[in-house]
Amino acid sequence: MRIHCPLCGARDRREFSYKGAALVRPLAAAEPEAWHAYVNLRENPAGPLAELWYHEMGCGSWLQVTRDTVNHSVLEVVLARDTALGAGA
Amino acid sequence: MRIAGKGQGAGAKPVNFTFNGRHLMGRAGETLAAALLANDIHLVARSFKYHRPRGILTAGSEEPNALVTLGAGPVQDPNQRATTQELYEGLEARSQNCWPSVEHDVMAVNNLAAPFLGAGFYYKTFMWPAAFWEKLYEPMIRRAAGLGALSGLADTDRYEKAYGFCDLLVVGAGPAGVMAALTAGRAGADVLLLEEDIRLGGRLLAEEEEIDGKPAQIWLQEAEVELQQLDNVRIMRRTAVTGVYDHGTYGALERVGHHLPRQHSLKGSQRPRECFWRIVAKHCILAAGAIERPVAFRNNDRPGIMMAGAVRAYLNRWGVTPGERVTLFANNDDAHRTARDLVAAGVHLAAVIDSRHDAPDSDLYPVMKGAQVCNTSGSKRLESITVRSVRGEERIQSDCLAMSGGWNPSLHLTCHLNARPSWRRELLAFVPQTGAVPGMRAVGACNGSFSTHAALSEGAAAAVAVLAELGLGAIAAVHLPEAEDQPYRIAPLWAVPGKGRAWLDFQNDVTVKDVTQAADENFRSVEHMKRYTTQGMATDQGKNSNVAALAVLADVTGRSIPETGTTTFRPPFVPVAIGAMGAGAADQGFKPQRFVPSHVVAEERGASQVEVGLWYRAAYFPKPGETNWRQACDREIMSVRQSVGVCDVSTLGKIDIQGPDAAKLLDFVYTNTFSTLRQGRVRYGLMLREDGFVMDDGTCARLGDTHYVMTTTTAAAGEVMAHLEFITQVLHPEWDLRLTSVTEHWAQFAIAGPKSRALLNDLLDQPLTPGDWPFMACGAVTLGGIKGRLFRISFSGEEAYELALPACYGDSLFRTLLERAEALGGGAYGMEALNVLRIEKGFVTHAEINGTVTAQDLGMQGMMSQKKDFIGKAMAQRPGLMAPDRMQLVGLKPIGAVQELSAGAHLFDPEAPVERIQDQGYVTSVGFSPLLGHMIALGFLKQGAARIGDEIRLVDHMRGIDALCQVVEPVFFDPEGERMRG
Repeated sequence: MRIHCPLCGARDRREFSYKGAALVRPLAAAEPEAWHAYVNLRENPAGPLAELWYHEMGCGSWLQVTRDTVNHSVLEVVLARDTALGAGA
Repeated sequence: MRIAGKGQGAGAKPVNFTFNGRHLMGRAGETLAAALLANDIHLVARSFKYHRPRGILTAGSEEPNALVTLGAGPVQDPNQRATTQELYEGLEARSQNCWPSVEHDVMAVNNLAAPFLGAGFYYKTFMWPAAFWEKLYEPMIRRAAGLGALSGLADTDRYEKAYGFCDLLVVGAGPAGVMAALTAGRAGADVLLLEEDIRLGGRLLAEEEEIDGKPAQIWLQEAEVELQQLDNVRIMRRTAVTGVYDHGTYGALERVGHHLPRQHSLKGSQRPRECFWRIVAKHCILAAGAIERPVAFRNNDRPGIMMAGAVRAYLNRWGVTPGERVTLFANNDDAHRTARDLVAAGVHLAAVIDSRHDAPDSDLYPVMKGAQVCNTSGSKRLESITVRSVRGEERIQSDCLAMSGGWNPSLHLTCHLNARPSWRRELLAFVPQTGAVPGMRAVGACNGSFSTHAALSEGAAAAVAVLAELGLGAIAAVHLPEAEDQPYRIAPLWAVPGKGRAWLDFQNDVTVKDVTQAADENFRSVEHMKRYTTQGMATDQGKNSNVAALAVLADVTGRSIPETGTTTFRPPFVPVAIGAMGAGAADQGFKPQRFVPSHVVAEERGASQVEVGLWYRAAYFPKPGETNWRQACDREIMSVRQSVGVCDVSTLGKIDIQGPDAAKLLDFVYTNTFSTLRQGRVRYGLMLREDGFVMDDGTCARLGDTHYVMTTTTAAAGEVMAHLEFITQVLHPEWDLRLTSVTEHWAQFAIAGPKSRALLNDLLDQPLTPGDWPFMACGAVTLGGIKGRLFRISFSGEEAYELALPACYGDSLFRTLLERAEALGGGAYGMEALNVLRIEKGFVTHAEINGTVTAQDLGMQGMMSQKKDFIGKAMAQRPGLMAPDRMQLVGLKPIGAVQELSAGAHLFDPEAPVERIQDQGYVTSVGFSPLLGHMIALGFLKQGAARIGDEIRLVDHMRGIDALCQVVEPVFFDPEGERMRG
């Protein structure tokens, strides 16, 4: 598997570590249900899924990778800092 | 037997080798199989289950029978295929799975018991009594069945791994692959051409044909010269692609040293035995060819019965005929080339049997049309075959039967990403699905296009398409060499009907009857049949047998072949030594060692080392006269408590945080507040995971207005770094700050004990100003002019400092510190003493922060700021995490003359039965306190904070410990902390 790091180019997946689904952190005052969903609940779609990968053995960037879980094709890679995942934080 | 003047190796240098101790002669450049046949040796191996005599079936890596063991001792190589093993001077090969010899194998008695050893026999025969399975049946079966054995010694061979990148990967250098590489190479593409064989050519090496009006061998040589002259084309021989992975990643095995005598590989160039390649290719052209499939008929497994294409390969390539009275049995036109070539070479062709009534005629030999071989005889070599036709049955004397049931495209690699092949009825074969692997194009025989013309034209066309996608310009016209373009004609023939055993899977001894029986017993799915019969599960992975076996299954279950489907194709395509896949990761390569700045000093002083993650840290520093570790540990503890001890703490993670928003990050990542921390001060911090449990703890120092340095525990350094990066990149990209891991930049030593200040005052360029260095102060110091940092922090409960200098000064600083500490009556202390010192003070480590505890469980609920948001705050307030009946950190001290406590022990009420359901908690850390004169422990106990003073029973079944303890506050010494603040 190859991930195209926006800073480093296409790299072998062993340079990266995986965190899981890319989710928006709830507001501090959000309902417990929202926090429960953020920490515990995960969709398991057969198809595109936005995920967080960390280029640990490379530039240290956190990336949002959109991957098709059916055929492993990587549809999009962006720097996580350019997303709104921290909107609630 | 060799045929004078025949073959491409005529005139090659003679090579001496031995087989089962017999001294034999072969030729340089040929395979062991070719050399054995040249020496008229046909009985090479015994089969897996029945120990049937077996010979050489094929001429390629798909060989199921002729597996041999090479060498002995640590370099013993079992299960090497004689058909791919190149001969070298002094090669020693021997048969395996036989005793006392391949000629006289006592285990052949299994063959007589065959009626009881059919598919699934071990599920039925050896069921009762149940206890016998493990002790008797299984060991017995394992001994009787099998392949070659490992030596049991550590492998001393070297393996290597490598990485490759290219525009175009061409897999296979037959006519299709060579044509593709030529076309793409001429246009300037970066081409990697991989060939499993020693030489380029593929099937062309085994055939007598012409390309472009000249012998195919000449065309090949010219093509090879041209390819070698192209700088942008790399040719790798002896390299097989083993697997296809996502996004154009391919695994490949290069057999670097298998063809060289071992002495050469050892003292010569230090060549590895094998090299495992990971290749990333933008495009791939698969030109893997095809594998001929056997026909199942009674006793079709005798030595001397070979694939028709293999007979041709031995004849044309190596000038060897596998027999003197050869017969041919086939259902397709292609096999007739074997008959033609044998006649042309002057070999006596006893009969050509074709199952088709419309088989082609020949001027050179008569053809028995509509006939089938229904049996054979001969014990260790074929003696005769029995042919059934409309005229009845007749016996024909023959020492070699060339058989062909047609060709299976080698589409394995196209299925590694889960695609299924499609059935082509006119070819009676599966072919790859277009687009099965993104970026891969199958051409030539592996695409079901069997003529040389089709191979050349598909190879060229695929290369043109790749060039267009690479943007390397449109190719005006590719010169396509002229070549044979015979149609591929075949009629179904999978198994000849009749009694007796007809082999499908030679290596695993699976017969037509086994497959029929599987279907009868309702293992009708092809995946079930495979597992019930073990068909396709041997080292050849069913390359020879899969299609015929599922055709038989389709027949008995009344389904079509495409309805029956295929089993799953998985990597590796050819066997790969584990040593090759793990190259570089053996021994210390698997787990690199990290050494602390004081490592050399610790070694000099005979310190015992303990592994902490990848780090090696000194456990204790023994002194003369001490007979066990406890004596050293106790002495080190007392030196810290009474004078001064020095300990290397460089392994703690150190993260440098700078920027205007550094304080915001710390406030967000720690439960407590750091923006209020004064410059020149240190604070202890606790961080949670987002789920509310404790992640790590440590101190953080404010060195400047916008400059902090955080310490993490040794084990969590990497995890915390990733966590901080996550916060600053994902959650708060707007914050202006930078993070740098500086763990290895600094040598940092704890100087702990009542005389620590005295030691430092004497050592530093400027003595510590009284009043300026209260507990939790930090700042810059100089030592011999070298800039360092000093932190007044304590993990021992004594007045203590941590002194950090750039790592390159670590060794000399540690020596200096020890010298001065010893002059003051102290000395070095290691991890054992450090651990007891912190247990005495109730300081936690990852023994306590085990992923299931909350701040409240640790008694640190006061550190959870109410004034700000922080990671884990919301989830830490869940009722379950706040519940009063959770387990809480307590101290434990034994009641009475208890000798031993243990970490991992569980806690029970003294009156309650010791049952899991009564479990009250567990012990996390224990140590012997020389100060208190007894064992002390930390642990978690249900409602522990409310049970101080209670008695509790500590039970460790594993170590046989059962002790009564008193629950105490988790601080055993100086509860007010007067000594460390002092």
